[in-house]
Amino acid sequence: MDKMDKPLTQNIEPDRLFATLADYERTGGYQGLRKAVKELQPKEVQQWVKDAELRGRGGSGFPAGLKWSLVPMDDARQVRYLIANGDEMEPGTFKDRFLLEKDPHQLIEGMIIAAYAIQARTAYIFLRAEYHLAARRLEQALQEARAKDYLGERILNSDFSLDIHLHTSAGRYICGEETALINALEGKRAHPRTKPPFAVVSGLWGRPTVVNNIETLCNVPHIIRYGVEWYKGLGRGADHGTKLFGASGRVKRPGLWELPMGTPIREIFEEQAGGMQAGFSLRGLLPGGASTEFLLPEQLDVPMDYEAVAKAGSRMGTGGLIILDDKTCPVKMVLNLELFFAQESCGWCTPCRDGLPWAAALLQDIVEGRGRLEDLETLSGLTRMMGLGHTFCALALGAMEPLQSALKFFRADFERYITGAGEG
Amino acid sequence: MATIEIDGVQYQVEAGESLLPVCLALGFDLTYFCWHPALGSVGACRQCAVIHYHDPEDQKGRLVMACMTPVADGMRLSIEAEQAREFRRDNIELLMINHPHDCPVCEEGGECHLQDMTLMSGHTTRRYRGRKRTHKNQYLGPFINHEMNRCIACYRCVRFYGDYAGGKDLQVFGMHNNVYFGRFEDGVLENEFSGNLVEVCPTGVFTDRTFSAHYARKWDLQTAPSVCAHCGLGCNTAPGERYGELRRVINRYNGEVNGYFLCDRGRFGYGFVNSPDRILKPRMHDRMDITPEAAQQQLCDWLADRAIGIGSPRASLEANFALRSRVGEENFFLGLGDNEQSLLEAIVEILRHGGIRSPSLREVEQADAVLILGEDVTHSAPRLALSLRQSVRNAAFERARSLNIAPWLDKPVREQQIDHRSPLFIASVCATRLDDAAADTYRGSPEDIARLGFAIAHDLDPGAPEPAGLNDDARALAVAIADCLRQARRPLVVAGTASASHAVIEAAYNVAKALPAKDRQLTFTVPECNSLGLAMMGGRRLRQAFEAVRDAGRVIILENDLYRRAPAWEVDAFLQAAGRVAVIDCLSSKTAEKAALLLPAATFAETDGTLVNNEGRAQRYFQVYPAPEPVRGSWQWLSAGMDNLSFDALTAACAEAFPALTAITQAAPGAGFTVDGMKIPRQPRRYSGRTAMEAHINISEPQRPVDPETPFTFSMEGAAADVPAALEPIIWAPGWNSNQAVNKFQDGIGGHLRGGDYGIRLIEASGALDWFNAIPDAFKPVKSQWRIILLPHIFGSEELSLRSPPLAERSPSPLAMLNPSDASALAVQAGDSVEISCFSGGPIVVLPVSIEPSLPAGLLGITAGRQETQRFRQSEPATLKKALGEVPS
Ligand SMILES: Cc1cc2nc3c(=O)[nH]c(=O)nc-3n(C[C@H](O)[C@H](O)[C@H](O)COP(=O)(O)O)c2cc1C
Ligand code: SF4
Ligand code: SF4
Ligand code: SF4
Ligand code: FES
Repeated sequence: MDKMDKPLTQNIEPDRLFATLADYERTGGYQGLRKAVKELQPKEVQQWVKDAELRGRGGSGFPAGLKWSLVPMDDARQVRYLIANGDEMEPGTFKDRFLLEKDPHQLIEGMIIAAYAIQARTAYIFLRAEYHLAARRLEQALQEARAKDYLGERILNSDFSLDIHLHTSAGRYICGEETALINALEGKRAHPRTKPPFAVVSGLWGRPTVVNNIETLCNVPHIIRYGVEWYKGLGRGADHGTKLFGASGRVKRPGLWELPMGTPIREIFEEQAGGMQAGFSLRGLLPGGASTEFLLPEQLDVPMDYEAVAKAGSRMGTGGLIILDDKTCPVKMVLNLELFFAQESCGWCTPCRDGLPWAAALLQDIVEGRGRLEDLETLSGLTRMMGLGHTFCALALGAMEPLQSALKFFRADFERYITGAGEG
Repeated sequence: MATIEIDGVQYQVEAGESLLPVCLALGFDLTYFCWHPALGSVGACRQCAVIHYHDPEDQKGRLVMACMTPVADGMRLSIEAEQAREFRRDNIELLMINHPHDCPVCEEGGECHLQDMTLMSGHTTRRYRGRKRTHKNQYLGPFINHEMNRCIACYRCVRFYGDYAGGKDLQVFGMHNNVYFGRFEDGVLENEFSGNLVEVCPTGVFTDRTFSAHYARKWDLQTAPSVCAHCGLGCNTAPGERYGELRRVINRYNGEVNGYFLCDRGRFGYGFVNSPDRILKPRMHDRMDITPEAAQQQLCDWLADRAIGIGSPRASLEANFALRSRVGEENFFLGLGDNEQSLLEAIVEILRHGGIRSPSLREVEQADAVLILGEDVTHSAPRLALSLRQSVRNAAFERARSLNIAPWLDKPVREQQIDHRSPLFIASVCATRLDDAAADTYRGSPEDIARLGFAIAHDLDPGAPEPAGLNDDARALAVAIADCLRQARRPLVVAGTASASHAVIEAAYNVAKALPAKDRQLTFTVPECNSLGLAMMGGRRLRQAFEAVRDAGRVIILENDLYRRAPAWEVDAFLQAAGRVAVIDCLSSKTAEKAALLLPAATFAETDGTLVNNEGRAQRYFQVYPAPEPVRGSWQWLSAGMDNLSFDALTAACAEAFPALTAITQAAPGAGFTVDGMKIPRQPRRYSGRTAMEAHINISEPQRPVDPETPFTFSMEGAAADVPAALEPIIWAPGWNSNQAVNKFQDGIGGHLRGGDYGIRLIEASGALDWFNAIPDAFKPVKSQWRIILLPHIFGSEELSLRSPPLAERSPSPLAMLNPSDASALAVQAGDSVEISCFSGGPIVVLPVSIEPSLPAGLLGITAGRQETQRFRQSEPATLKKALGEVPS
């Protein structure tokens, strides 16, 4: 594949610390922006992204162009905001970090174009607390962009002005949920907000706001620069463009790769990650971060498309595969995840706040030999309690996905603990 | 309208409403925690789950939270579906994971929403077997207990305290299952409405600390409908008694007045009723106890000859009228401060003949632009401040409507508030507790505040007189305020007696009169619970009594400490000249000390009476429990000579005597009122120990006291169903033991009480007055001279509540407040003391100084209503000197 097949990582090279502004411009960086502000109306930019069928890379796959088109645009005095979601605390996910650390200008250009499309004059990057290196590189890149007139008043001599502020999180998983993020950015507690109204209507400070994932925004300059047709040609299946897929666990080469949407899991797992390490075999995997359901070895041919993964019984999520091997106990793995989710519950709604710690406590009891068979029913009950629409936001729903599928696929492992047959 | 189907039955309901209150209004027992009728929906507790079927074929349906679901035509729902019931049951199980299972020792027990909901949901067995998470409790001051382990994290407390009441010092900390609702550190809760936490919290986290000191279960309290005695707003209360002691006061819902909330003065000010300072026996010359018969006779003898009667703004219409009848109109004096009487007369005149509506608190909340002239409302009429704070939200509601956001979606509507706030302007002598909600503020002397008001009126209507020589800043502000008021559909002007300025009251009228809106409103705060009623009755002035005393020689003083009304030397002279002074009062006072005949009066809790609040609404308070012998209602002492008139007859006679008061007989039903031939019981049916309570005195159950004066009995027996909601002593419904039961008594949730709210309006807008023309000159400070401005305080300026220990604990020590430049001219700092000498003479008073940058130079702010500051008259000039010998702290 040549560089045009990997637009997102084209400037990232093994011997390069990160892509500087010069590196970025050398491959055509900021040309998309130039084209957008000079040649396209905001509505046209929205339309292009809509036509490209770019789907959000933050986990839910919501079409980005459609989201933008929901922003009320009639009132010129209306203040609007764009927010880049760089919270990335989903276990097993490190794609945004890579993009931010290695090619910060790509995000900045994507944000400026997106802000232009919705006519936002202020944008924020909400960054995970621990991403210190990314923060440094972003700050530097923002200064460079301001110096070169890509940011600030009357960008590139157009009528469009924008500034981007970097906000580093205080460090909670829930801050990645876009409305909790908005509360956090306003200095409030990071509880999710009531929806509707959606952020595109009433978001930051009560004003129309678009929140997009870092990776989503990184796609935008390329769509504008090379066009919709080119972009649509990049996908292998129903979805278009490329995506950063990752793999962690006992694979030979854990890592991150830019591949076309629709690449089968097998290719990511076997060709890119090199399959399992010697002495380990595959028991299952979470396809898109911790809050997705297990897939089994026989499902490796599922293509990484939103619909296809959903049909297989899981979610594409962030596209970061977490591999479960045969020497790792699935019950302990799920316990570990539930401890994370229980701790990260924002505390707003009952099933999540009080249900997750109970689920974790039951799993703890099970692995420590205090489990009872009826606990499995209680755990199933809890997964139902935290079903779709039952909790205030999707954290709890996501938290239940690995548990619920583990109860289904690895029930014997749970039972062995309880009946005293021990681990494994 | 919408037709919806719930469990197979069709109902006509309002489209767009939140489904939860709609279900509650239809009488369904649906569980909930985080929703509150005054706080709206936030979807946090997930307890109100019901099933919503997608279409007629849908069998499975989808679980939705009723509180977050707007009602739409054709909706098919189930509350009873197994999936929904199971969810609600299991959700309670989750809430109970960390909850202590010790209801018997919890102060919420018996009126606990969590208990009710747990039972309702069917949760019985507990599966969680781990340890419970525990919290530390905090000291929150004399009003409120804190037992955080009982918390179910419904977020109501912080939503009420912060979002609704504007408090800053109660927050939620932490996250996941370790959320903590409290202060940053131990300390007194600052907000003046903190007591509502007791009722807002659905569990036993926040409970009434004053109640703890003499606790009883809700079902063991005897209660009757009552009205707050501690300011002029007339909030409705439900006082509870046991063993002859008043144990607590809680809110009594009135859809027009206080709604769900009281202020802390009203809730915690009841302690005076149990005070050791109570006058409990008739006495002669402050030392000799006499029998009630002798006292009664004595009073009758005095009344047989010409006697002067001094009425009281904190006594009922009936008591005042009885006195007036006994002494005769020409010998009846209102017992108000001279200026206060003039102000109240002006207010009555404006309300009755000014042609502008005086709003209820509910209507205040609907105002879309407000101008306050000369009041720090939080201190002069506390509950009004809470309503005014809500009025600011109307622009956000409006904005939400345009975005298709339902008004009951609390958080989204509040998110609009940043750009959309209905304007509230406050012109006051110094910073007020409502400033944080204000669009703009103005500081000036009462004259300057009045001048601003006159300027606004002139800008609104050029026909209104214009103040001469207004400075540019004030003029610009007047124009800006006028602009906002002009655009408003429901503008409201607020003024009152606290500024003690005629000009301010007249300016307020001019502004209101100049408003173009049809729904313009004008409200005045008045200081005491019957100030307006007394002024409507009308009568001569205290000053005139001071003159008349020479001819009469006998004085009957009704529930009044005259030292609060006039300079001490004048009162001294008056009482001296009188020779024979009878005082009928409930608490000892400087005046009572001087009585030759002292008669113990019942408090609001021990007798009946009608009060008129600032709106012009007549409301009756009913005796909660019999006063201990020989204490009796003032009206009873006074009417004893009038062929022992009944209370109802007295009310009727009063109504007949004063055309303006004709309707007071309709304030509440009379003694003849029954339900199905039965009177209404003051005691709940579960009232315990009746046969045992007095067994240590007499083994046989004593005869219940009879109450010939009201529709209530001192008993558990009587009418059970169909009692008019406004007359229900105890709000209770099957399955609903907490105050949330009030849902069952309303005409629409959060609306009016079924059968009508309590009380009757005596004044409706009619007529019109001419523009007021007497515009004062601007205030110019005179060198080395200060103008006294009396500043009321919610805790400490009202006579009765100050005798309640927890409230007294919260009262500030009296201060002399100075502008920083004045302070430096006097070389005093905060904590130093100043000697204050009034031009009118009298002793020098020494008070500690506080520096207040918002107070204009040349003014001296003084805490009102305190013993130490009683000698000061509003607007009096004084000189100041740094007090020596005081070490600056
Ligand atoms: C608990 C939770 C955590 C989330 N964390 C992230 C995150 O770290 N980064 C992110 O982009 N989206 C995250 N999301 C999704 C966001 O809410 C939102 O959908 C996304 O940022 C929208 O961007 P996109 O449309 O470009 O994907 C999270 C959602 C939930 C419920
Ligand atoms: S599911 Fe509820 S408690 Fe959990 S993070 Fe979302 S809002 Fe908070
Ligand atoms: S303290 Fe009471 S009101 Fe506050 S969250 Fe806990 S249960 Fe709810
Ligand atoms: S506002 Fe006035 S009437 Fe209402 S509770 Fe407070 S003191 Fe009583
Ligand atoms: S009452 Fe509906 S979620 Fe709390």
